[in-house]
Amino acid sequence: MAENKGVLIVGELLDGKLASITAELLGIGRKLADDLDEGLLAVFIGNGITDVAGEAITLGADKVYVIDDPLFKDYVTDSYVGALEKLSNDQAPEILLLGQTSMGRDLAPRLAFRLGTAVTLDCVDLVLDPDTKLLQKSKPVYGGNAMAVYVGEEGRPQMATIRPKAMEPLEQDVSRKGEVIPFDPALDESAVRARVVEKVKEEVVGIKLEDADVVICGGRGIGSAEAFEQLNELAKMLNGAVGATRPPCDSGWVPAHVQVGLTGKLVSPTLYIGIALSGSSQHQAGMSGSKNIVAINKDPEANIFGIAHYGVVGDYKKLLPAFLEKCKELLSG
Amino acid sequence: MNMIVCVKQVVDPETPAAAFKIDPEAKRAVASKDRPLVISPFDEQAVEAALRVKDAQGGKVTILSLGGESAKDVVKHSMAMGADAGVLLTDPAFDDSDSFATAAVLAEAIKKIGEYDIVFCGRQEADWDAGQVGSGIAELLGIPSVTPIKKIEIKDGKAVVERVVEDGYEVIEVSLPVLVTVSNELGEPRYATLKGIMAAAKKQLTTWNSQDIGAVPAKSKMLKLFIPVHEARCEFIEGETPEEAGVNLAVRLREAKLL
Repeated sequence: MAENKGVLIVGELLDGKLASITAELLGIGRKLADDLDEGLLAVFIGNGITDVAGEAITLGADKVYVIDDPLFKDYVTDSYVGALEKLSNDQAPEILLLGQTSMGRDLAPRLAFRLGTAVTLDCVDLVLDPDTKLLQKSKPVYGGNAMAVYVGEEGRPQMATIRPKAMEPLEQDVSRKGEVIPFDPALDESAVRARVVEKVKEEVVGIKLEDADVVICGGRGIGSAEAFEQLNELAKMLNGAVGATRPPCDSGWVPAHVQVGLTGKLVSPTLYIGIALSGSSQHQAGMSGSKNIVAINKDPEANIFGIAHYGVVGDYKKLLPAFLEKCKELLSG
Repeated sequence: MNMIVCVKQVVDPETPAAAFKIDPEAKRAVASKDRPLVISPFDEQAVEAALRVKDAQGGKVTILSLGGESAKDVVKHSMAMGADAGVLLTDPAFDDSDSFATAAVLAEAIKKIGEYDIVFCGRQEADWDAGQVGSGIAELLGIPSVTPIKKIEIKDGKAVVERVVEDGYEVIEVSLPVLVTVSNELGEPRYATLKGIMAAAKKQLTTWNSQDIGAVPAKSKMLKLFIPVHEARCEFIEGETPEEAGVNLAVRLREAKLL
């Protein structure tokens, strides 16, 4: 078997632009490639890919492969796994990284099993052991209660997906040079057994949760869909977005796509306000990166106070209207 | 429709952080005495998804679990919900299985069970949150997979599923047999009724060991397991009344230039 070399990251586009997770992958990918003293490769798969390849070079890539064909218009497991299997066999990278996104979390495990190697999903830290060249992959386990560190002993490439916002992108350097290479995986279309019939976007009113600088989250204690109105009002006033823990989503008080947590959205705003939520590990996994955490809960033992910067113990129903009023006054003054 | 659902028994994920303990030597969580082991919640939703297909057009649902003797409980729980049969894979030889080995053993068991149109798994287990056994089984069986989903229907010999993505969902048409992993957006699983529990006692529960299904070596190794320490840093804002505390909070956040 030929020796595996270099780092390959799988890029993604979001509304035609390079996704932020891809900039983060290029950042960690560059670091690991430098540690190995080898190259950083990136690949974009899709149809009608715009000039993200050049941008990937300014963010750290040495070579960018572009797989552009109508067959890849939509993400379908079979076609994308097939394309990456060909590229990975062709380039034989030592390390292969993807984002923990809708695409990555479906694609990475299937690809790993296809390539006969191990993968660790949702990593928050990746470090190369200088002696063994084994990639030490840290990921939250037990719903975020604990952290585990894995290495892939058997199989190459060593694979991982990284959690969004866990790693830093590089500063863009427009003087960086690199190569853009079209790649044709020569896939047999009959191997694709699924097709996307329809994409349904759930309506987002106002600022997107992931992009908001202020996030107001409500939990089970909010009690009803009507009571969430107050949170909307607060969010509007602070130019923020409203999220929720799992129970309000499962009860239908708010749409499922505003769930913040391990299997929902990941947020890291400047200001996070958690109201009437206990702060389960699952929820914390989605918001613990927030810069300033405020918690309002009537239970002084609630887990959320363990990670909060500011806390108030009390019934939100009495507290929140007064808080809202005072905010209004301060912001208008 | 022949359906197989893979379920796992786990330490109760609702265990509060303060009561959550690990054994760093054995590299696993220690179940607290007052909280029995449970079926992994996404797996329970996978059982529900299979039962909904069965309700709509009939069929047989077989539960498959890899674990210790006690994992019999989660198989029985699933049968009490309405599944028809159960298979437990238990052997100390399976103890060191990583995701790769787990998927390989489950895939072999599925082949041994025989006919299947849909294989269901939870989107990720509540203990290791690995989120890859489902896709792995599908790859090893050579069947398509869609992950994670919130709805599945059978139309004209194909599965029509709703796959959960960041900004909504995708409707995907996929050929059978197929493997899907199920997410919480599916909705609450049904309760096991008393009648269901009585009926489950009469249903067939087969046990296989490593003589029946060979163990598979792991590819991945866990170096370490630990509980991250958070420094308590919370500044509590007080007031004579909740209303006053609310006002004081706004004032404090303004001082900190957060408003």
